[in-house]
Amino acid sequence: MTSAVVFKGVSRHFGSVRAVDEVDISVAEGEFFAMLGPSGSGKTTCLRLIAGFEQPTAGEISIFGQPAQGVPPYKRHVNTVFQDYALFPHLNVLDNVAYGLMISGTSKGERHRAAEEALELVALPGYGSRKPSELSGGQRQRVALARALVNQPKVLLLDEPLGALDLKLREQMQEELKALQRKLGITFVFVTHDQGEALSMADRVAVFNEGKIVQVGKPEDIYYRPEVPFVADFVGSSNVIPPRITEKVTGTWTTAAVRPEAIMLGDKGLPAKVRATSFIGTSTRVSLDLDGSQMVALLPKGQTIPEIGEHTHVSWAEDDIHLMEMTDE
Amino acid sequence: MHSDRASKGLKIAAGLGLAFMHLPILLIFVYAFTTEDKSYQWPPPGLTLKWFGVTWNRPDVWEALSLSVKVASISTVIALFLGTLCAAAVSRTRFFGREAISLMVILPIALPGIVTGISLRSAFNLADIPFSFWTIVLGHATFCIVVVYNNAVARFRRTSGSLVEASMDLGANSFQTFRYVILPNISTALLAGGMLAFALSFDEVIVTTFTAGQQQTLPIWMLEELVRPRQRPVTNVVAMVVVLVTFLPILGAYYLTRGTDTVAGQGK
Repeated sequence: MTSAVVFKGVSRHFGSVRAVDEVDISVAEGEFFAMLGPSGSGKTTCLRLIAGFEQPTAGEISIFGQPAQGVPPYKRHVNTVFQDYALFPHLNVLDNVAYGLMISGTSKGERHRAAEEALELVALPGYGSRKPSELSGGQRQRVALARALVNQPKVLLLDEPLGALDLKLREQMQEELKALQRKLGITFVFVTHDQGEALSMADRVAVFNEGKIVQVGKPEDIYYRPEVPFVADFVGSSNVIPPRITEKVTGTWTTAAVRPEAIMLGDKGLPAKVRATSFIGTSTRVSLDLDGSQMVALLPKGQTIPEIGEHTHVSWAEDDIHLMEMTDE
Repeated sequence: MHSDRASKGLKIAAGLGLAFMHLPILLIFVYAFTTEDKSYQWPPPGLTLKWFGVTWNRPDVWEALSLSVKVASISTVIALFLGTLCAAAVSRTRFFGREAISLMVILPIALPGIVTGISLRSAFNLADIPFSFWTIVLGHATFCIVVVYNNAVARFRRTSGSLVEASMDLGANSFQTFRYVILPNISTALLAGGMLAFALSFDEVIVTTFTAGQQQTLPIWMLEELVRPRQRPVTNVVAMVVVLVTFLPILGAYYLTRGTDTVAGQGK
């Protein structure tokens, strides 16, 4: 399988800030690839490196086997859906979508027909004559998508495209984006800080922290088998278990992760004290203190909820604890 | 009780203020029709249209008018070009001394014209540049740039920077991006700035006095006419023309920039 985008030891420094620090990525053709991380973790800079708005300080980027070094954005077969959509306010929707084709010299009739088709693809047929200012946030997002897709890019870059939408619309757009990607077979590189979004849509997720990729893998791997505490905490809100507790349970001196919903309270296991409880709908969240370490358990409906201050015991099934690489804690 | 309506006293005061500003201009208009040509006598002894014909046939009026139009046009073109470039640099990029440059560009309009005039005259003298049409143009361009710059910089700030990136992303090179994205988004601001620049240049006296050679722009010609009491109402006819020529572009600029307060390129 061809690689759509390859990063080899790519760094991008802004002065003394290492925004992107020796990153290696290989995105396969036709893949839905998510770059997940908190703000300032370097994921957007990586996207801009692919688009050509930034040049790497070190390392090599290739797009479909072609080195991207020195190739300006307008010569890359890559299109971007911007975070603020960046629709041209002076053009109507049809001309916005047809912009790329107009630049490439496609005749007026031809490009308007293609733009209409692209608008149909994003479920906005007949909106061509409106101005971007007359559209809702969700509609602008679709126009931005159509404007990128009409150029038949080899790679589509999406920079937090759902960030400005409300929850319901966001969930709907997640499904639509996923369906669209399957239908078109175009490689999608998607940047987000929302772990739910990354896990639900992507074929593979790269988790960024402080300019480096800390783990790459399938959503299930990222969620259930975090390799480092950062991933456990950021992606799954897992409980990170310090080595001294892990050793008591497993006999191995290392950091481990246990998902909150995997924790059982009862008579056996490690002694713990209940610090707080809060009802969150389908389950109850119980904060626990284990000999100085904090832990969170999610108890499903129907279980006895302990009182605050009560002493209890914490346990989990053997395969619910996931050992991670040792860190300098 | 608080009321949104102004009190009668305030209305009268506002009316008087406006009258004080604008009645003298009407006076100028009236004197353009007077039959008496030695001194400005009130009320005018009679009304006539003959001064329009007289003005029309005076070659010195035409010379001054055409010089003023030429100077204003060329200064405006220079200001449009340099002002836009400067605004783009200041609003698009961050560099050392950016604020200082912004201040230095605006300074000529804040400085008294006489200071600008004297300094330019000394500089031209030092550099052995003979006073000519072009020295007037250069003098006017110094303050014309300011109005273009101010208009353009405000519009650039309201235009989202990602529009340029979006255009490049869609295959447009720098020239195409300027032509199809930047220019349409700043055109009304440039038009407004250009019209104001034209109006400023057209009635400028002080800087012109110092930078002109033997040439007379229209305002300078009027000043000289007032000293020589010869066919006085001709000056009034010309004054009327100047008011109209400067008033129309300002009105146009006002209408063009009105209603563009919404942020261009705003995403959400």
